Parts: sequence; C-alpha cells; structure tokens
Amino acid sequence: MILDGKCPTGPIETTWDKHRFDLKLVNPANKRKYKIIMVGTGLAGGAAAASLGELGYNVEAFCYQDSPRRAHSIAAQGGINAAKNYPNDGDSIYRLFYDTIKGGDFRAREADVWRLAQVSNNIIDQCVAQGVPFARDYAGYLDNRSFGGAQVSRTFFARGQTGQQLLLGAYSALSRQIKAGTVKMFNRTEMLDLIVIDGVAKGITVRDMVTGEIRAHMGDAVCLATGGYVNVFYLSTNAMGCSVTANWKAHKKGAYFANPCYTQIHPTCIPQTGDHQSKLTLMSESLRNDGRCWVPKKKEDCGKHPSEVAEDDRDYYLERKYPSFGNLAPRDIASRAAKEQCDDGRGVGPGGRGVYLDFAGSINRLGEHTIKERYGNLFEMYEKITDENGYKRPMRMYPAPHYAMGGLWVDYNLMSNVPGLFVLGEANFSVHGANRLGASALMQGLADGYFVIPYTIGGYLAGIKPGDYSLDHAEVKKSIEDVKATNNKMFALKGKKTVSEIYRALGKVMWENVGMARSDESLKNALKEIPKLREEFWTNVNISGEGGEMNQQLENAGRVADFLEFAELLSKDALTREESCGGHFRVEHQMPDGEAMRNDADFCHVAAWEFKGVGNEPELHKEPLKFDNVHLAVRSYK
Amino acid sequence: MSDHTTNTMNLTLHVWRQKGPNATGKLETYEAKHISPDMSFLEMVDEVNETLIKKGADPIAFDHDCREGICGMCSQVVNGVPHGGQDRTTVCQLHMRSFKDGDNIFIEPWRARAFPVIKDLVVDRSALDTIIQAGGYTSCHTGGIPDGNALLIPKPEADYAMDAAECIGCGACVAGCPNGSAMLFTSAKVAQLAALPQGRAEAAVRVNAMTEALKDCGFGNCTNHYECQASCPKGVDVKFIAKLNREYLKALAN
Repeated sequence: MILDGKCPTGPIETTWDKHRFDLKLVNPANKRKYKIIMVGTGLAGGAAAASLGELGYNVEAFCYQDSPRRAHSIAAQGGINAAKNYPNDGDSIYRLFYDTIKGGDFRAREADVWRLAQVSNNIIDQCVAQGVPFARDYAGYLDNRSFGGAQVSRTFFARGQTGQQLLLGAYSALSRQIKAGTVKMFNRTEMLDLIVIDGVAKGITVRDMVTGEIRAHMGDAVCLATGGYVNVFYLSTNAMGCSVTANWKAHKKGAYFANPCYTQIHPTCIPQTGDHQSKLTLMSESLRNDGRCWVPKKKEDCGKHPSEVAEDDRDYYLERKYPSFGNLAPRDIASRAAKEQCDDGRGVGPGGRGVYLDFAGSINRLGEHTIKERYGNLFEMYEKITDENGYKRPMRMYPAPHYAMGGLWVDYNLMSNVPGLFVLGEANFSVHGANRLGASALMQGLADGYFVIPYTIGGYLAGIKPGDYSLDHAEVKKSIEDVKATNNKMFALKGKKTVSEIYRALGKVMWENVGMARSDESLKNALKEIPKLREEFWTNVNISGEGGEMNQQLENAGRVADFLEFAELLSKDALTREESCGGHFRVEHQMPDGEAMRNDADFCHVAAWEFKGVGNEPELHKEPLKFDNVHLAVRSYK
Repeated sequence: MSDHTTNTMNLTLHVWRQKGPNATGKLETYEAKHISPDMSFLEMVDEVNETLIKKGADPIAFDHDCREGICGMCSQVVNGVPHGGQDRTTVCQLHMRSFKDGDNIFIEPWRARAFPVIKDLVVDRSALDTIIQAGGYTSCHTGGIPDGNALLIPKPEADYAMDAAECIGCGACVAGCPNGSAMLFTSAKVAQLAALPQGRAEAAVRVNAMTEALKDCGFGNCTNHYECQASCPKGVDVKFIAKLNREYLKALAN
C-alpha cells in the first residue's frame, strides 16, 4: 500500500498557515466534553497536556516516573535550535528547514520540517515567558552558541542543562493545569496496551506500579509521547525506564512502525568501563565547539599519557576529513569517524574504545574560566564518572546509542494510521529523517506539544461525537485480561535466568550486528539470534514476587519482552534498506572514501511496517518522499 | 589512560527492607562481593539484586531512572547522609571508588513525615509536586507571547535564576533536615521566578500559596540548620531561603 502523509500543497511557506485555517475547530463550550489520554509527560507530552488542558479539553496524563518532572527530556544538555537570527549571521526559517532536511540525509517530509522551523521561534518566546533562565549576555539579550551540522549560531541554552530547564517549564505549565483541574495526572502508571474499538483508538490499559492494579482509561483520542527505543541496545544514554513498550503495544494493535532502523549513535559519550555498566553517559555535543577530536597517528602511542604524544603525532581526524565543518560535523559522521579510528587500532583508554576530546587549545585561547562557564557541569560530571580532570587532560569519548529517529508513522496532523491515535515527539518518525541534528530534539518535542497538536487534534475531534466509548465494551475487558495473562505467564516460568541477563545478551547482539556499521551478514545473524533469545526469555526467565504490589522486576520484564520482539523489526528494516543514509550505515553501500552512499532511486521513501503476528513477516508500506524545495543532493560536510 | 585499579572489594550492606507502606521495616544484611571501584553505587545495588533474584528472594526496590544525576529520581540515605555525602553528587553518580574493601554500608530511604515509604527504599514524594502546583509557575498561556528579547534580563539576574533553577526535586533537602522541611526546595522556585521580570507579576501570590502548601503537606519549618544545602546534590544555596523570607514579608506588606 502507498501511504499518504496528507501534507498540504502549495508554496511551502504558506503550508502550515493554510492548513491551520483549513482545520475544523471545536467550539470552546464543547471542548470540555472531549477527553484526551496523554501517555508520557516529557517535553512533547508535558507541553501538549498543559496546552490542551488550557484550551479546555479534559486531559488524563500518565507517566511511569514518580513525577512528570522526571522524563528523560531532562537529560538533554546542549540546547534548542530556533531560527531567530539574533546573531545576524545569516539564519532564517528557510535555512533551519534546509539544514534539517540535509542533516536528515533527505529522508524526512518537507512540509513537516518546514512547520518545525517555522514554529521554532515561538518556542523560545514561550519558554522565556515561563521563566526558563536561558543564558543572556551582559546587555540582557539571549545568548546563542553553534552546534553540530550548522554553520550559524542558532542554539539557545541554559548552561549545560537546557533539557532540564525546558522540561521544568513544561512541567510548571502542566502543574498549573493540574491545579486548575483540567489535567488529571497519574504518576507511577505504565501503559501496557492500546484499546482499539471498531478500528478507532479509544483508550489504554495501564498498570498502577504501586498497587499492581490493572485497569483501563478511555477517551476520545489517545496521544503517545513516549520517547524513543534505543534501550534496545541495552547500553544507551537513555534513562533506565525508557522503552518501546507503549509504541510496540500500539503497533501490535495496528499502528505502523516507520523507519525503525534509523537510530542515532551519539559521538561524545563516556566510554564503558566493564560488564557491570548499566547505562552510558552523554557529554553534550556543544563540547565540540571548543574541543578538538584526535587520536594518536601511531598505534604505539595509544598507551602513552596524552601529553606525551607530540603535536605532530596527533591525528585531528575530523578536521582532516571535513575541513569546512571540522569538529562540528553531524553526529552520524562524527560517530562513524571515531569508530573508524578505533577499528584502525588507534583508539585510547580501556579496550582501545575511545578518542580524545581536547580542550587545551581553547583553554589557552579563552582561559579556563570561560570554558568552565560554558561547560562547567559537564567537566564535573566527567570527573565524577572517570576520576579524570578534563581541564588538565583530554577527555575520552566513544559513541553510544542515543536517539531514535524512527517511530510510529504519523500523517501531517501527527495522527497514526489508526484513527484517534496521535504520536508526538521522539515517539513519532516525522522530522529528523535518517539523522537528527544537535539541539533539534528539544525543538521537535516542544513544537509538537505546544504548537502542533493543539490545532491538529481539534481537526479530528470536531468530526467525532464526544464520549463515544464505554468501559463495559468487550474490547476493554479483553485488553485487561490479555495484560493480566501476559504477566501471569511471566511469573509462572520460574526459570533460571534473570531478566537482566537476557537483556544484556540482546544488547550485545544488537550493538555488534545492528550498531554503527551494518552488513547483510550481520543483520541476518541478528535475525537468527533474536528469536532464540526471545524463546529463552519465554521459557527460562525468573521473576520473583507478585503482580499485586510494586514489582520492579515485572516492569523490567515486560519492557524487555517487547524489545525482544521489536529488535527483530529494527533488524529487518535495516536489512531491507539497501542503502546508507544518516544513522543507517550499510557497509555494502559506501563511497570509495567511506562516506555513506544513498540510493534515491529505490529508497527515497518512508518504510512503514504493519504487524502480522510475533515471528511472522511484517508487511511493508511505503510513503514516497518528494523534494520540491530542497535539491536532492549528496550530503557533503567537506 | 588513567590508573584504573583492577582491585575489587567486598562490602557488607545493611539495607532498609519494608514490604509495604503499612508494614514494619527493618535493616537486613547482605554481602556485596567483587565490587569494582569503577561501578556506580546503584550498579553495586544492581549486582546485589541479581544475586537475590537468583536465590528466589525479593530484590531491593529503589527509585532511579536517568543515572546521570539530573532526573532527581534516585533517593537513598547512605551511611546516614542523603545521596552518600559526596559534594554535589546524587547517589547514582556516587562511585564505588569512594569506598574501601571491608566497609559496612547502611542504606535507608528518605525519612520525613511528608514522604511515606512505599516499599524498601522507595518513598512517595508527590508532596513536592503539590507545592509546585500551588504556584511554582508563571501563569502564561501557550501562544501569543512577545519576542524573547523584548524582555531584557541582565546577566547577573539570569545567572541567579539559573542557580536556583538547578534544583532537581529529589527531596534530599527534606531528608537531610531534622525538621523534614522542604524550605530549600520551595525557596529555589520562589527565588528563580521572583528574580525574573516575567515572574514578578505574581510574586506575592506565589510565595503565599507555596508556603501554605508546604505547611499543608506536612513538612516542618526551617530553623537554619543548613543541612539542606549540605545534602543538595546540585549545591542549591540557602540564600534562596532568605530570598523566600524576604518575598514573604513583601507579600505581607502588600
């Protein structure tokens, strides 16, 4: 089937304004009659719940953490992009649009990206009004920094904690609505199923993580703002609780999963120290503004103290390979370059899995004080984890899974192919194509939440009768029974392996075969190994305790069970996409100089997969991508 | 390369176990063996839990999520000090290199009247949300906002607001306070918004509503012990409590 993204036509500059006018409106007095279910309260979900509540809709919001202030958006460090052009360096909405399309390696929809660039400026204003303490200069104006993949300074920041401050802004707006009674908040509550009645999304089944109660919540529309899935690699920069579960349950109820193979491996993370490692920590990409990446030219220098490696014996590989972007090359390129150096035997630190990020030059030029002011908390964090002082010796970095560009398929209105199911933020696939540029995730989450869904959901709700659902429906009872049955099945296994053991094994298979460089052979190997691990899980896992209480093993087991199914789809998508683009690199498809080689003739489309049963071949639907405004070209950062 | 030690250590843990909110809790003893100094404190607890699961026992329940010191979910009192007492460090960022072979380590939940225990080391901190809901925001609408540069904010004010906004809402200040007071938490939000022009309009209403909520939630009052600042993993300063008091007085005068 050929999918239609329902993008508006006409000159790109007018598409969003025209579309907003064309959308049907819900009468203010009728809004309270509609109930909206919001799953996830990060930047996208928190902003959306607050905005929809304020419009007068009746919102029920859910998060698995103990407070909506804790979603993993909080960990974003570097900043948020906007096309304000405050520094007068040539930025514009068109340039942000262009950079995002190009950065995504021409695998995103033009209309969606235009809208994102257009509303980017409103986001900054909104956050300032909420009291987000963005960095300011001495005259009191907003300050900007540059970021990977761009040659203009368009990134706004709040020290090294931009995600935290933006999330707390959204959380404060959400708190105001909770107090006003328009939003009802359910903390420590995890979505475990989507309820679809006559083909339309009408509710969710959840587990109360404190009491263990399994119950349904119904509404006129369901929004998933449930983040990304790179914890499928076990070790990633995501929080421990991040999972594919909500998206996967929706996928099993009919929602198409788009481009699952587009995963981002972030170039600057703190290298792993051993098998005990539970997660990886990212160091903001903004560090590449003032830090230079290098490895020794000679293998025999790798074991030396970095200060003992002479300047001439250092290979500043990003500056050498990409002279115009240098250390600010986009993430996918910087990550692959780091891996190449380490694969060449010139990596540093434990296991040779690291490259240096050196601040000595900047400290000499600007002084340690300036560097501390820009990145102080990052240096502190680095020292806590590694026991090394980044001011005195270069930091060691290695790439780590960080972000999912793929997600549930949505049309221009952010609605999935299941009517009534909307998907926001990282959980959808819409704007980043095959690679996300730095400081664009926060922008997308807030764009979807504050400035897109409040309009587009109205267009849907205006066409349906409010309150057309019932907790007594057979589908509701079946959903609750299915969730209970799955949990009971897991308890009954009483096997010999812990959930973590199987999860770690899955992560190893995924990182080695479906990580930064993928081949026909490695992907086929993954597709052979994943079902074996799934089989082992469903015969040999051991979960103690009971379901009717707080049980963190059960929570984890449910998430891992879903990853064990999803991993297969991710690998299958990677195998099917016979090209290299953005974060998806197939070793068979590269230029003579090792750069990614796209295949626009056969793969200039969104791959949206339909679920056909666990272990069965999923069905592929394609949405062709058209580029009317940006010339489809080879992406070059040289 | 740094000088990573390969010596592992063996430790004895004394961990608070409590089946549910109404159950009686007690300290249980566990051995943590072959612990690497490069492990984080929570990774050490993970290892102990793996051995408990293998024995068919109930693992230790504890809150955690980002494990990089920013989400504020982790919450353990280690050897009597919230987050373990390393300067500006959450327990998830505490590393085992701060301990030595043979150490006894006591691990307990946050203890405060306003934070009832849910299970083992997990407590209910929703009272902190209630305080924010009472007024920890500017009442701006989504949309219709003037340009971000229409309001000039001098750098010192912006920096002051950011210092206050560093709070991660973990509740260590409450756990560290002999009165179980959330004054530092509340003052950080009051001070952040009071320092910015966009927050001034509601400053008086906000400080009244938030301090009222503080009392209603069962937190104690501040008697200047400064344990909160010492416990805070983000170094939030007690000067913000002084700011709250000043704002409170100003609100009375209005």
